[in-house]
Amino acid sequence: MTNELIDFTLVSVALLGIGIYGLAVKRNFIRMLFAVEIIINAANLSLVAFGRFLPHSGGQTLALFSIAIAAAEVAVGLSLIIVAYRMYQNVDIADFRSLKG
Amino acid sequence: MADAAFLALTVITIGSAIAALELRSLIYGSIALMGTLGGIAGFFFLLDAPFVALFQLAVYVGSIAVLILFTVMLVKRELIFKKIEDKRRKFAGIGLMMVVMVALGAVFLDSGIKTITTDEPPVDFRDIGTDFVTYYWPALILMGLILAGSVTGALVLAKREDVENDQRTN
Repeated sequence: MTNELIDFTLVSVALLGIGIYGLAVKRNFIRMLFAVEIIINAANLSLVAFGRFLPHSGGQTLALFSIAIAAAEVAVGLSLIIVAYRMYQNVDIADFRSLKG
Repeated sequence: MADAAFLALTVITIGSAIAALELRSLIYGSIALMGTLGGIAGFFFLLDAPFVALFQLAVYVGSIAVLILFTVMLVKRELIFKKIEDKRRKFAGIGLMMVVMVALGAVFLDSGIKTITTDEPPVDFRDIGTDFVTYYWPALILMGLILAGSVTGALVLAKREDVENDQRTN
């Protein structure tokens, strides 16, 4: 393997930074979901990269579980988007204020 | 030292991640997100994990990205092209991103990760299947239940109650 562990780790850190930027700056619900997806993928990349250095398949197995659970999260997140859009006719999270005290 | 395939995948992945967040149109943004997810699958191939890479392609690029695309199409047209963000928070967000990247990057560069090398042979994907049905079988069943529960919950959430769905009258 010519690529080293630190290379994959740095790519993962860069993706984490981009995801945090998206979560902090964007107010569009769908774009915030994009940012969450990017962060989850950075975590999966770290899992598989570190798992490559183990003598067993534990890292890859955990990454597969993580991908499946992320799929469930996206399904629920998208249905929440649809419900919120139906209620407010908007995707701006600043408008979603009905739980605000 | 990283090879050319790694560098190309890095450019594709990070570039399309930025494009997914910054492109004006949400539709192009979700297509750029597909590029990021596909780039991650490429990294999995480089890490000798072809099973995870194909799983990533099937689940993320194949289904989640298409699901996101269809959700975007349900949104009003002017909202798809409208950029909603706090201008004041933009610079703070860029600063936060830089702090995270520099701090975590410095920690990793300073740690012992740089010297780790491996002579391990790649894991056979048959081992992953064996793991799933032997050691991890309770987790596998639990994952199936969680997936079924979340999809059912999503359907219940998205169901419209103001529309009569009774088709027996037709």
